[in-house]
Amino acid sequence: MVEIELAIVGAGPAGLSAAIEARRAGANVLLIDENARPGGQLFKQIHKFFGSKAHKAGIRGFNIGNELLQESELLGINTWLNGEVCGIEDGHNLWVVRDRSYSEIVKAKKIIIATGATENAVTFPGWDLPGVMGAGAAQTMINVNRVLPGKKIIMLGSGNVGVIVAYQLLQAGGEVVAILEAAPKLGGYGVHTAKVSRAGVPFYVSHTIKQAFGTEHVEAVEIVELDSAFRQIAGTEQILEVDTVCLATGLTPLTELAWLAGCKFDFIPSLGGHLPIHDDKMHSTQPDIFIAGDISGIEEASTAMEEGRLAGINAAAELGYISEEEAEVRSQETRDSLNTLRSGYFGQKRRESKDSMVQKGKEVISWNIH
Amino acid sequence: MEYSLKTTGAPTLEELHKSPAFPTHEQFLKGPVVVIECIEEIPCNPCEASCPKGAITVGKSITNLPKIDFEKCIVCGMCVSACPGLAIYIKDYTYNDTKASLSFPYEYYPLPNPGDIVEAVDRYGKYVCDAKVIKVRNPKSNDHTSVVTIEYPKDHFEEAINIKRKIR
Repeated sequence: MVEIELAIVGAGPAGLSAAIEARRAGANVLLIDENARPGGQLFKQIHKFFGSKAHKAGIRGFNIGNELLQESELLGINTWLNGEVCGIEDGHNLWVVRDRSYSEIVKAKKIIIATGATENAVTFPGWDLPGVMGAGAAQTMINVNRVLPGKKIIMLGSGNVGVIVAYQLLQAGGEVVAILEAAPKLGGYGVHTAKVSRAGVPFYVSHTIKQAFGTEHVEAVEIVELDSAFRQIAGTEQILEVDTVCLATGLTPLTELAWLAGCKFDFIPSLGGHLPIHDDKMHSTQPDIFIAGDISGIEEASTAMEEGRLAGINAAAELGYISEEEAEVRSQETRDSLNTLRSGYFGQKRRESKDSMVQKGKEVISWNIH
Repeated sequence: MEYSLKTTGAPTLEELHKSPAFPTHEQFLKGPVVVIECIEEIPCNPCEASCPKGAITVGKSITNLPKIDFEKCIVCGMCVSACPGLAIYIKDYTYNDTKASLSFPYEYYPLPNPGDIVEAVDRYGKYVCDAKVIKVRNPKSNDHTSVVTIEYPKDHFEEAINIKRKIR
């Protein structure tokens, strides 16, 4: 058994930021990640980030990842890679399978769950053919492993993931035949859609994939128009020749550990579905468990880093390393920073959903703990 | 909002003219001018921070649309490579008697070379006219966002905003 003050599950942008804040305050931190490399999804983000200077705007995602790793190394943060957290008991004990070969129990005074999210799939006849993949998977292939999954690609979903990955597939030398969006309006930032549009990529709003064809792998797709109730309109089918289908159809928070830990949940479709309730300190309904990043609602790396910071500051405060007053001042700065990211046409809805979640969190948690 | 941007992917000229930073017809004819095609409120302000003359203002709420003071702007081009959305370029109607110039951010390899004849495209990637590459700038500070300058016939001044990428 390993005893530690703070265990953090997930070394993505949220987990790393949390670890850095808590370690800097003096807490004894163990960071655990199931992957061979830390950084979560940051190392496949080759585009320059948005936000302001405080959110590292203008810096490419993988360079933000490098900065976080350097900082965590400088602080000597103990990191277990290839460590799968398979269970959680009594709100403090983590069962970790290390290197897929042996188990270790980590007894932590405080835990931050920053496990991120997984890609959603949509199904259609032929969706199981080789060549149909998550947009995130294609992004890993091109930007991390430098393998172009195909030459003629169709993207299903026009949110930021869809348009950013489409752009990066063009950069990698692929041809993006079309980007489809089931809704009547495109989802991603206009600057992203404009960027792929002027590269000659056509957008099809109110369209989806009816089926994919192919014997050994995808050779073509049939696309179809949708009416306002998302029903397929007969007679609008078109065949497009493609060898790769990328699905950018949303993300679902990876909440298994929070369920196991007995955290109370809420269902908020706009943030990705079932989410552990949290308050404005990223506290879950379990007294010693915090959450941060996509598990607390699907957003983006910039917000995940801020939430991680918030969780790290407050976990360190509860461990006695930061005074309550200082923690509150720094938490408020982080919340303000989050609010600037959650504003405007795209952010406002997320802010409203997060605010109502935090409100619920405050009520449930004060009733729960005190 | 009922933007063409949200259905076709690209803004129309009409939508652009309504945005606070887009140059007026007169400004376009004066000489080199910075064009910011940012018409949607997203949380982002590196353009403001990149400007050495304080000509670009986003303001405290970083979802404000950028504004540009053309009196202060010296058309240095710092914002062109700084914009994470690749939404800023420089156009010069007065480049010479018959040709205009366009400097735009470009993140595809292989980069074009000065002297290359390339295909200028519009906001939908459609061929507009042939153009000649006159400069390719890729200093370290741009962090791999190269700035390519082309010259092209004045008749196509408005439509051309980028070039067709070379396919490897």
